[in-house]
Amino acid sequence: MNWLLVHLDTLRESLGRLLHQPVASALNVIVMGIALSLPAGFYLGLNNLQAFSRQLSSDPQVSIFMEVDAGKADVAAVEQRLKANPDIGRVEFISRDQALARLKRSAGLSDVLANLGRNPLPDAFVVTARSNDPATLESLHDQAVKWPKVEHVQLDAEWARRLDAALNVGRALVTLLAILLAVALVAVTFNTIRLQILTRRDEIEVSKLIGATNPFIRRPFLYFGALQGLAGGLAAWAIVAVGVLVLNIQLADLSGLYGALFKLEWPGTGDTLTLLAFSALLGWLGAWLSVSRHLWLIEPQ
Amino acid sequence: MNAEGGRNSMIQVSHVSKRYAGGYEALRDVTFSVESGEMVFITGHSGAGKSTLLKLITAIERPTAGSVVINGQNVSAMKAGMIPFFRRNFGLIFQDHKLLFDRNVFDNVALPLAITGFPRGEIAKRTRAALDKVGLLGREKARPIALSGGEQQRLCIARAIVNRPAILLADEPTGNLDTAYAAEIIAMFRSFNQVGVTVVIATHDADMIERLGPRILHLDHGRIAA
Ligand SMILES: Nc1ncnc2c1ncn2[C@@H]1O[C@H](COP(=O)(O)OP(=O)(O)OP(=O)(O)O)[C@@H](O)[C@H]1O
Ligand SMILES: [Mg+2]
Repeated sequence: MNWLLVHLDTLRESLGRLLHQPVASALNVIVMGIALSLPAGFYLGLNNLQAFSRQLSSDPQVSIFMEVDAGKADVAAVEQRLKANPDIGRVEFISRDQALARLKRSAGLSDVLANLGRNPLPDAFVVTARSNDPATLESLHDQAVKWPKVEHVQLDAEWARRLDAALNVGRALVTLLAILLAVALVAVTFNTIRLQILTRRDEIEVSKLIGATNPFIRRPFLYFGALQGLAGGLAAWAIVAVGVLVLNIQLADLSGLYGALFKLEWPGTGDTLTLLAFSALLGWLGAWLSVSRHLWLIEPQ
Repeated sequence: MNAEGGRNSMIQVSHVSKRYAGGYEALRDVTFSVESGEMVFITGHSGAGKSTLLKLITAIERPTAGSVVINGQNVSAMKAGMIPFFRRNFGLIFQDHKLLFDRNVFDNVALPLAITGFPRGEIAKRTRAALDKVGLLGREKARPIALSGGEQQRLCIARAIVNRPAILLADEPTGNLDTAYAAEIIAMFRSFNQVGVTVVIATHDADMIERLGPRILHLDHGRIAA
């Protein structure tokens, strides 16, 4: 119980020390916040992109475009082949007239289309495969391109899979960035604690002389490092949160244009707690390194 | 245990020499013992080795030869991890005061209690009691810089006694004080001694203490001179 009180006292004292130098502390916290917000923000962005790409690639679709001069018989032949294929679930036929009608509904294009005089669009099938297996889709694509009067076959999930691969690269980069900036955060704390140890030199010396143990002397510095790191983590969270808010306002406009809902998700509770714990831990580590490095230099005379 | 030491010997210094890095021999073959509850003065010219002797007793410095035994504990053989706990047996008054000028009077005196890990209420109670004993109770919130030389000395004493130590070691506690004030300070030490605290005071001011007729250890160039 007393033990706990002693630790709470140290915590209170460290907090007091942090608030006692508001400018220096604020600068440190801002630097840490910015450093942490970069990997945290990218991480969040990647997660959002991934969720988006998952959502798209969950519909394994293949679009088959006929040649513009394909007749009804050609279309029927392709439809026949599709129906015969056991890998295929649903087949939707979009005639060139339907496609044109849809396009005309899109804002801004009706004038252009009116000037064209004739319909430039082909008949098309949108085919949904039974499984998400890339090999199945691939083989369907390879077969369909050889069918007569088929102009072009497009794997709609392909770009989503490419995006997924790119996201993996992005994730590796974020990890690298996080490691680099974690080192920076440790370095900032290391230096802050070094300065503190120097300014509290007398206190440390007297404390050692009258019976303070090394853990007792170390404790306030470690708490300070952890608190400052935690504050840096909170600042990073705030920066990311503001970023999400601002981007969502922009995305709302975009959503209006495309008729789809684009919206960034907030950092989850788990991710937020991880960020805060991680930043506090880094602050603690920086302080620990600094104290280990500098404390033994102060030997009482 | 030792030829000079009685059964209740609190401080036993046997054949101790101290050579500082650089080769200067500050103490040579010093042997004496202080009984529990005794009050002893260490005198000698400047550079005689008074401060060095006190530092050896509290393990601030290590002897080059010989042994220091405090209350049955051999200081020279003590593990580094034990030294902080060992030092809590002492009340120390330093020649250069070592007051913390960025903390107020109360916090300076409370420091040893915080180090020992007393709860906050107990710290406040004991700190006020110590300040009361040295007559500084009204100055709790003052910074040490705002105190006179004599008051700063009292502050050092309050910090030394707040932990209710078994041994008080004072290095020049009356330096730079006028005779009347010095007498007052010495009287204070006598009162602590009267309640059973072992007191060792280093001073070069031999005139002041002679009329008290106490036990005196005189150091001359690092040797005990009768
Ligand atoms: N850390 C040190 N390194 C080297 N020499 C030292 C050190 N400390 C003390 N000395 C030397 O040891 C000798 C004894 O010093 P000490 O401080 O014990 O003397 P003192 O009796 O306390 O003197 P004063 O009355 O001036 O305080 C001096 O000559 C001093 O120069
Ligand atoms: Mg001295």
